[in-house]
Amino acid sequence: MSVEKIAIVEIVDITNNNTPSTALVEAERIANICNACRYCEGFCAVFPAITQRRNFNEHDLEYLANLCHNCGACYHACQYAPPHEFSINLPQTLAELRAETYQKYAWPVKLGSLFHRNGLMVAIAVVLAMILLLSSLLLFQDRTPVFTQHLGAGAFYQVISHQAMVALAGTSFGFAIIALLVSFIKFCRANTITLAHIFSNNVLVKASYAAGTLKYLDGGNGQGCHTKDQSFSNTRRYFHHAMAWGFVLCFLATSVATLFEYSLDIMSPFPVISLPVILGSLGGLGLIVGPLGLIWLKIITDPKIISIKYLGMDYAFLLLLLCISITGFLLLGFRSTSAMGMLLIIHLGFVFALFLILPYSKFVHALYRFVALLKFYHEQAATKK
Amino acid sequence: MTIPSHANVLVIGGGNAGLCAAIAAQEAGAQVVLLEHSDQQERGGNSKHTRNLRVMHNAPTATLDNSYSAQEYLDDLLKVTQGNMDQPLTEFMIEQSATLLPWLQRMGIHFQPSLSGTLSLSHTNAFFLGGGKALINAQYLTAERIGVKIFYHAEVTSIHLEDGAFKSAAVTNRGFKQTITADSVIFASGGFQANKAWMKEIWGCVADNFIIRGTPFNQGTVLKSLLAQDVASVATPEQCHAVAIDARSPKYDGGIVTRIDCISFSIVVNKNGKRFYDEGEDFWPKRYAIWGRLVAQQPEQIAYSIIDSQVTEQFMPPVFPSMQANSIEELAQLIAIEPSVLTATVTQYNNALASDKKTAQYNPKILDQCRTQGLTPEKTNWALPINKPPYYVYPLRPGITFTYLGVKVNNKAQVLMNDGTASKNMYAAGEIMAGNILGQGYCAGTGMTIGAVFGRIAGEAAACQLKK
Ligand SMILES: Cc1cc2nc3c(=O)[nH]c(=O)nc-3n(C[C@H](O)[C@H](O)[C@H](O)COP(=O)(O)OP(=O)(O)OC[C@H]3O[C@@H](n4cnc5c(N)ncnc54)[C@H](O)[C@@H]3O)c2cc1C
Ligand code: SF4
Ligand code: SF4
Repeated sequence: MSVEKIAIVEIVDITNNNTPSTALVEAERIANICNACRYCEGFCAVFPAITQRRNFNEHDLEYLANLCHNCGACYHACQYAPPHEFSINLPQTLAELRAETYQKYAWPVKLGSLFHRNGLMVAIAVVLAMILLLSSLLLFQDRTPVFTQHLGAGAFYQVISHQAMVALAGTSFGFAIIALLVSFIKFCRANTITLAHIFSNNVLVKASYAAGTLKYLDGGNGQGCHTKDQSFSNTRRYFHHAMAWGFVLCFLATSVATLFEYSLDIMSPFPVISLPVILGSLGGLGLIVGPLGLIWLKIITDPKIISIKYLGMDYAFLLLLLCISITGFLLLGFRSTSAMGMLLIIHLGFVFALFLILPYSKFVHALYRFVALLKFYHEQAATKK
Repeated sequence: MTIPSHANVLVIGGGNAGLCAAIAAQEAGAQVVLLEHSDQQERGGNSKHTRNLRVMHNAPTATLDNSYSAQEYLDDLLKVTQGNMDQPLTEFMIEQSATLLPWLQRMGIHFQPSLSGTLSLSHTNAFFLGGGKALINAQYLTAERIGVKIFYHAEVTSIHLEDGAFKSAAVTNRGFKQTITADSVIFASGGFQANKAWMKEIWGCVADNFIIRGTPFNQGTVLKSLLAQDVASVATPEQCHAVAIDARSPKYDGGIVTRIDCISFSIVVNKNGKRFYDEGEDFWPKRYAIWGRLVAQQPEQIAYSIIDSQVTEQFMPPVFPSMQANSIEELAQLIAIEPSVLTATVTQYNNALASDKKTAQYNPKILDQCRTQGLTPEKTNWALPINKPPYYVYPLRPGITFTYLGVKVNNKAQVLMNDGTASKNMYAAGEIMAGNILGQGYCAGTGMTIGAVFGRIAGEAAACQLKK
C-alpha cells in the first residue's frame, strides 16, 4: 500500500460542508510524512509546528500554510520529492492552500472569489478607479484645470477638489480597513487565538520581530532561501524588506501629509525638503527596487515550488505597487508643469485601485501570516510550560 | 558533455564519500571526474537519507553539547562491534573526525542541534540542517563550482586492474559503453544491499522479503569486480545494518520515515501469533538495530507490533497509520493470525504481569523494570497490560540499511591486496569499506563519518600522489 492510498482524510470543511480541497488533502498527507521524518525541522516555523501534533485538521493545515514563506528549502532538501513515490512538494501544496485561505476568510465572503483571476481583477480595479476620478472631475468641475499649470500650496486640489479626494480615499480606504479587520478576526477565531494569548508571554513582540525581520526567510542559519536552484541566497529577503518597508514609509508619508494639512494647515504639494516628500521618496524607492526585484525572482524561481495557479495574484500586486511608485516620482518631477494634472489623476488612480483591492490582494498574506506567527509563539510558550 | 577517456582522479559513486573525495582531490589540484549511476534527481545514494554524523569533540560546539572524547567514541564502537574491527584504523578515524565539522561547513553544509525525539544523540551526533539531501546538494554545488566534472547516468560495470593497480573502468553512460583510465581511482560506490541476486546468494529466499531502506543503485558491482581480482576483503557478507520497518514501505528508498518506534511499548508476535523476543530489553535507540535481524529470523520474515490505546502518544508518529480493532480477535483477523492463538498470547502476557503490578511503576523515561514474570520470552521493561481498546497493530519487515562486506584499506584509504600490500593508485571510502570499522553492529552516525573521513583522506592522497 502506498502512502497516497492511505491518506485518511477526515477533514470536513467546517464553513460550507464542501468536500476538502485537493490542496487540503495533499497537505494532510504530507504533514503526516513530515511528522515521521522531521529532517526539515531547522528551516522554519512550519516543522516545529508540525511536530507539536499527531493529527492535522483543517485549521491546523491552514495555520501551517500561512506559516510557510515558500522559501523552497524543504523541497530541495526532501529525499521524498518527485520522482520518489511519496512525491512530496510541501512549498507548492502550502502555497495553494494558503491562497485558498485568503479566499475563505475574505470579507464579505462572496468577494473571496476575487482571488481567482486576481491579475484581471486588479487591472479592472485600476481602470475603474481612474474612471471614477475622471468622472468626478467631469461631473463636478470644469475640465480645463487638468491640463493647465498649477503652482503653490493647494495646487493638487485645483485639479481635483479636496472634497472629492477625501471622499474617494476615505471610503475606499475605510472599507479596506474594515474588510481586513474582519478577516483578521475570522482567522484568529479559526486558530483559537485570543487577545489574552496575544498579550501574554511576549507573543506579540516575538511575532512582530519575526514578521518585521522576515526571520524564517533566513533558512534557519542565515543562508537565505532558494529561487532558481539548490543554492541559497538572501536576495529575496532583501527585496521583500525594500518593498515592505517602502510600503510602510509611503504610508507614513501620507499620514504625515494628512497631519500637516489638517492640524498645521500646510497644504500640499510640499517642498522637496519636507518630511512627507522625503519619507515618500525613500518609501517610493523601496517600492521600485522591491517589486522589481521580487518580479525578477518570481520569473527565475523554479516553477516546481510555487503555485502557478495563484501567480497572477503575486504579479498583479507587485505591478500595482510599482506603478504607484513610478507615477508618484513622475508627479514629483513634473509637478510644476502642465502635465501635473494628468499625472496626478493617474497616480491617484493607482492608489485608489490599491485601496479598493487591498482586502482581495496578495497584501492579505501579511495579515494571515502574522496570525500564524502569533499562534506559533503562543504554542511554543504553552508547551514550554 | 561526454565522459573523457582519462582523468587525474576518477571517483566512482556520488554519495557523501564520493563527493568528499572529489572535493578534497580537486581542491588539492587534481582534475577530478565523478561518475554516478543515478540521474540528477535521485543522486546522493544512501547519503541523502541520513541526518547526522558522529564526531569526537573535546568541548561543546555550536550544535553539540558537552564533549565526546576519543575514548568514549572508541568504547561505544567496541561495544557495538564486540571488538570486530580494525582498532588502530578506528582510532585514526575518530581522531580525524574532530576536524570534520568546519571542513564540511566550508562546503556550505549547515549543522543544527539534534532533532526532536533524538535527545540521546545531542552530545555525540552533529545534525545536518535539512538532512542528508541538503548536505548532498551543498556538496554537489561545491564540487561543480570548483570544477569537478560530474556525470550522471554513468554506471561503472567493471574495473580493470593490472599488477595490483587500477588501469581502467568500464562505464555505461546513457546506454553507451566506454572505458576511462585514470592516474588514481577512488571507490565510493556503496555496499551491495540493493543487489537482490547477491543478497539471495547469502540469505536464500529470506532475502525476498527484505526491504531496502536506501538507494536501489548500490548494487555492489564495483565491489564484486574488485573482490574477484585479488583485492582483500573485510567483514562477512551477511553482516549489515538492519532494522524493523513498516511492512508497507516502498521496496527501495523508503528512508527514515518507515521506521516503527513503538516496539518497546508493544508486544511483537510472528505470523504464528507467538512472541519471540524481549521487547523491553533496553532503551529503544539501543535496540533499534537488532530488530531487523530478529524479524528476518521469523517465518516469512514478518512480525506484528501490537499496542493498546494507553501508549499511542509515546513514540514518534510512524508514516503509515496503524490498523486498528476493538478486540484482539478482530485485530487477529486483520493480520491473518488465528484469533484464538493471538488471544491466548495476549492473555498469557497480561496474566504474567498481574502479580508484579505493585512493585514497579511504569515510566517510559527509565528502565522501569515494569516486567513480566515467568513468561518465555519475558518482557523486562515497560510491560503494561494490553487491555485498553482500541488495539493497534503495525506490520514489520526487515529493512536493510547497508551491507558491511567491503574492501580492506589502510589509514591512507589505500585499498589493500590479498598479499597485504597497498595498491599504489586505488583508494576507497564510505560504505564500500565500512567493514574495516564496523565488523558488526552499528552506532548511529558512523556511516557518514566513515565516508567523510576516508573520502577526504582518499581525495587528498590521490591528488598528492599525482605530484610525485
Ligand atoms: C534510511 C537511512 C538513514 C541513514 N541515516 C544515517 C545517519 O543519520 N547517519 C549516518 O552516519 N549514516 C546513516 N545511514 C547510513 C549512510 O547512509 C551510509 O553509511 C552512507 O551514506 C554511505 O555513504 P557512501 O557515499 O559510501 O554511499 P552512498 O551515499 O550510498 O553513495 C554511493 C553512490 O554510488 C553510486 N553507485 C553505486 N554503484 C555504482 C556504479 N556501479 N557506478 C556508478 N555509481 C555507482 C550510487 O548511485 C550512490 O549514489 C543511513 C542509511 C539509510 C538507508
Ligand atoms: S519535506 Fe521531506 S525531508 Fe522535509 S520533513 Fe518533510 S518529508 Fe522530511
Ligand atoms: S518552503 Fe520554506 S518556509 Fe515553507 S515549509 Fe518549506 S522550509 Fe518552511
